[in-house]
Amino acid sequence: MISAESVPNPPDLGLSMVPSLALVLAIGVLFTTGVYLLLERSLTRVLIGFVLVGNGANLLLLVAGGRAGGAPIVGLTATERMSDPLVQAMILTAIVITLGITAFVLAMAYRSWQLHGHDEVQDDLEDRRIARIAAENAPVYDDTDASDASTLDDEASTVRDDTSELGSGDRRRHDDGGRA
Amino acid sequence: MLLLLVAHLLMAVAAPALVSWLHRRAFWVLALAPASAFVYALALTPRVMDGDFPEQTVSWVPSIGLELAFRLDTLAWLMLLVVGGVGALVLVYCSAYFSRSATGLRRFAGVLTAFAGSMVGLVTADDLLLLFVFWELTTVFSYLLIGHYAERKAGRRAAMQAIVITTAGGLTMLVGLVILGVSAGTYRVSDVVADPPSGTAVTVAAVLLLVGAATKSALIPFHFWLPAAMAAPTPVSAYLHAAAMVKAGVYLVARFAPAFSDLPEWKAVVIALGGGTLLVGGYRALRQHDLKLVLAFGTVSQLGLIILLVGLGTRGAALAGLAMLGAHAMFKAALFLSVGIVDAATGTRDLRRLTGVGRRLPFTATAAALATLSMIGFPPFAGYVAKEAALESLVHGTGPGWLDATVLWVFVVGSVLTVAYGARFWWGAFATKHAEVSVARANAHVDSTAFDLPAGTQTTRRTRRNALATVGDAEVEPIDPRRIERPSFLLVGPPMILAVMGLLAALLPHVGEQVLGPYAATYPAGEEGHLTLWGGFGPPVVLTLVVFAGGALLFWQRGWVERFQASAWDVPEADRVYRRTMRRLDDLAADVTAWTQRGSLPFYLGAILLVLVVGPGIAGLSGWSGELTVKAWDRPAQLAVVLVVCIAAILATRARRRLKAVLLVGAAGYGNAALFLLHGAPDLAMTQVLVETVTLAVMVLVLRRLPPYFSDRPLVGSRFVRLGIGLAVGLTMMAFAVVAPLARIARPISLDFPAEAYEFGGGKNVVNVTLVDVRAWDTVGEISVLLVAATGVASLVFLSRRSGEIERVRSVRAMPEPPQVWSEPSDGGSALRRRAVRPVPGPDGRTSATTTAVRPWLRAEGTLAPQRRSVIFEVVTRLVFHSMIVFALYLLFSGHNSPGGGFAAGLLVGIALLVRYLAGGRYELGEAAPINPGLLLGTGLFLSAGVGLIALLAGGEVLQSVIVDLHVPLLGDIHLVTSLFFDVGVFLLVVGLVLDILRSLGAEIDRQVEAGGEVL
Repeated sequence: MISAESVPNPPDLGLSMVPSLALVLAIGVLFTTGVYLLLERSLTRVLIGFVLVGNGANLLLLVAGGRAGGAPIVGLTATERMSDPLVQAMILTAIVITLGITAFVLAMAYRSWQLHGHDEVQDDLEDRRIARIAAENAPVYDDTDASDASTLDDEASTVRDDTSELGSGDRRRHDDGGRA
Repeated sequence: MLLLLVAHLLMAVAAPALVSWLHRRAFWVLALAPASAFVYALALTPRVMDGDFPEQTVSWVPSIGLELAFRLDTLAWLMLLVVGGVGALVLVYCSAYFSRSATGLRRFAGVLTAFAGSMVGLVTADDLLLLFVFWELTTVFSYLLIGHYAERKAGRRAAMQAIVITTAGGLTMLVGLVILGVSAGTYRVSDVVADPPSGTAVTVAAVLLLVGAATKSALIPFHFWLPAAMAAPTPVSAYLHAAAMVKAGVYLVARFAPAFSDLPEWKAVVIALGGGTLLVGGYRALRQHDLKLVLAFGTVSQLGLIILLVGLGTRGAALAGLAMLGAHAMFKAALFLSVGIVDAATGTRDLRRLTGVGRRLPFTATAAALATLSMIGFPPFAGYVAKEAALESLVHGTGPGWLDATVLWVFVVGSVLTVAYGARFWWGAFATKHAEVSVARANAHVDSTAFDLPAGTQTTRRTRRNALATVGDAEVEPIDPRRIERPSFLLVGPPMILAVMGLLAALLPHVGEQVLGPYAATYPAGEEGHLTLWGGFGPPVVLTLVVFAGGALLFWQRGWVERFQASAWDVPEADRVYRRTMRRLDDLAADVTAWTQRGSLPFYLGAILLVLVVGPGIAGLSGWSGELTVKAWDRPAQLAVVLVVCIAAILATRARRRLKAVLLVGAAGYGNAALFLLHGAPDLAMTQVLVETVTLAVMVLVLRRLPPYFSDRPLVGSRFVRLGIGLAVGLTMMAFAVVAPLARIARPISLDFPAEAYEFGGGKNVVNVTLVDVRAWDTVGEISVLLVAATGVASLVFLSRRSGEIERVRSVRAMPEPPQVWSEPSDGGSALRRRAVRPVPGPDGRTSATTTAVRPWLRAEGTLAPQRRSVIFEVVTRLVFHSMIVFALYLLFSGHNSPGGGFAAGLLVGIALLVRYLAGGRYELGEAAPINPGLLLGTGLFLSAGVGLIALLAGGEVLQSVIVDLHVPLLGDIHLVTSLFFDVGVFLLVVGLVLDILRSLGAEIDRQVEAGGEVL
């Protein structure tokens, strides 16, 4: 099953793309453990899972860039021996962004601890309320567009414009439109 | 034509200011905009009659073929006259109609003018997509105008109903327009109509267009929004819902009928909807008591009629339809405006209450009478000419006999209903109803007390309601006609002009035929029709007499008709059906929400991850050839490191102690750094090590506040589900890792990076040049994310401000009691260590704990609780801090050519600050970095993105590098690349990020703990 690099790559890609099984294994383990922790309720565990998944994703990018090589520094390594610099640039920013997100989730965990005395993610109460309403088929709010109560004639009799002062008849009593 | 639109736009924008300045008189100025459209159309009449249609094209979005194309052909000319003429008169009318104190007039004036502009655009647009844009603009403005009295429930509901229905139709129409444009290969309306494509898709498109027209022109089953829209102010009803906007659907049908009216599907829809609407509208108009509602249902009916005529496809009917279109605009607008006058003068539109109005308002009554006569088709008015032409053409139909007969009789019955409700309208508004007055007088007294007394009114009011609910004239309190005052000429003028024009136009029928005939001639079938006042004795004359007789009968028996409708109306009304549908939609939305939004984070994440496995996973594997080409490792050492990483990761999932889990993840992270190094990525390795160090320290800082152990895990069952999802995702990713690299078919773009980096970027470190030059925009985006994350951290911890004050040693001196950072828990040795600090008199004579006999290793060491101090740590910090800063600067400036760069340098400075903080507490951090991190973040982002503009000044592209070689005496040659400033920006931003983290999760948490921990 495992064959050497000798298998030809049909298009000339400039460098070998054959992935290293060792890295593939690391990717698998990092993602599995990371996701397992990500599905927990404790924010600290979620965070650790996130960091593991992040590491796995970085390795995945690295593998996608092709084989290992020398440092991509002109003059130090011959161009054809260099490892892919593009994925490295992407991974580099990804690493730093992971730091930012880690700090953010930590701050959330701390805040959660401050407010609730623990750092566990609770179910959203508002979502539960909607589920209860849906089960009862009750209206979520009093929707004027869906209510059945009034007819056009009723409404027409309540609606009047801010017209100019023509007649003084019995206009005044309807002026606000809402009293009838 | 573009100029007209610009004029409308400017007027609309200026309208609020004009109203503030000129008050109601501003409407006179605004009327100039539609008036200019009217005059423009009038001036071009000779060209239009000659068939030399003016065109104008401006390229707008060439990539999707969107053009500002306008064309004034006969149909557009007619519509422009209607839109401009009625629009100008309505705006003049507005200036007298609204009271001086009316609310929202500024917005109203602007929106109404803007609406007129969109209507002008709609009828002159010669591009399918442009047509749609104006179509939707009219929808939106109509929504705003219907909902003008937004504080009223009826207004809000009507507006919402109208926009939901017309937008749904508009989107349906858009699909049709796009199909049409694609099938025809052009979006130019005139080209599509001249050479219509064919096929099933085009038939579908034509029907979709009709759906759009049906919603806009209020055909059944969408007709109910139009009567409800009468909640709008009356001038709006007159303009939008009688003359202009609802005619947009008619316009659309008339525009495309020459091309598609020979399709059987088109004909079926037009006859069914048009004919049905004609009857339903007329029938329901007969039972309304509100004058505007009578007219609204009448409009519905008339729109059905016009659509039927212009959509039928015969030339005679088309000519009659166009004539009807013009006639209807004149008489219906005049009628609405008259209702407005009556309403303003009497305070009611209830035809049961109105009496004697005609005697008090003779001019209004005359104008309304002229318009009504035109509406019911009485000679010699425009409505009569159009109806005669219609009868003539329908009698000589071209289709199957039974169909022609059906259409003819539907038309006749519809006309009978028109005569009946027309008569009912005028009688209801202006007639003197002697019989009822005396009865009503008696009631009047009761009623006035009912309204004037605040207390005890419940019963009387209920009595009145019951009275109102009973159909019949006598029970309703009538108005007192003697109190009606004469309206101003500005109010009576516009309807009078429109009504008289309806008469004048009919007296010269051959002119109308000359102008409109050429457009009718573009229809595919039938003989050409004629507009005439007397077409000779024949079936049409007989039918006209039948119509008047039937209408008179229905009017005479109006009481019976009302009672019949009240008792027989069992069919659910369309608006009820609509409301129930909306209610069901709400229910459905709640059900769907309840089903998908469980409120559980693990559930959401699980769903997302499963989609990842099923979707991209299957897609990725389907492209796999089945061959597995892998090698064991790049370098043997890789395997060893991978084993360490795997073991650390697995142990981390099993850890029950927070600190243990964090340390294990750190180990996995350092392992990753080793893997990067082995892969040939020294920049990555360095960054990973630095980040891992900062992460570890920060995690430990926060974890000291959290319980040492994780809480007990949830049920074991869900544990295996989670493990299953984890394994599925892990395997999918492994499959990606194997398949994705081999699926590559093109040369990597990065193969050219080294040469480009050196030549254009002026640097040897390809990764760094990629970050700061080749893909600099990406980096700008990514550091923006960092800025947001840092701000998020700070705002979660610093609750009231972006960040707290910078705590420095000199602020401590002012405190009566010097702080003891990290003073708890105390240990037995603290008393011994306290001797390290000897109290000595400060410069101001007071005792200060911060001044020691020897010079301190760290500036803020005195603020630390004695038991927390470590002299060795302080000395080491003192020794390494500056070296670290210098090394960081070296990394920053050499990063362009060797491993390093802004990210690594920034992180290293961050670690140096971290060391200072750990050794000396938060005051030491304040001493080390006496700067607000927000300033660093902002400056960094500005330097990175802002410096990119320099290249723009130098004539290059944004973020392009400029290489400057200078010779400076003493220093020698300096090779300066502007992307260095970019990297400095990145550096500052990363320093800001770490500083923000330290100050929030370190210093601020310390302060909150000292303050008692109860800071919320």
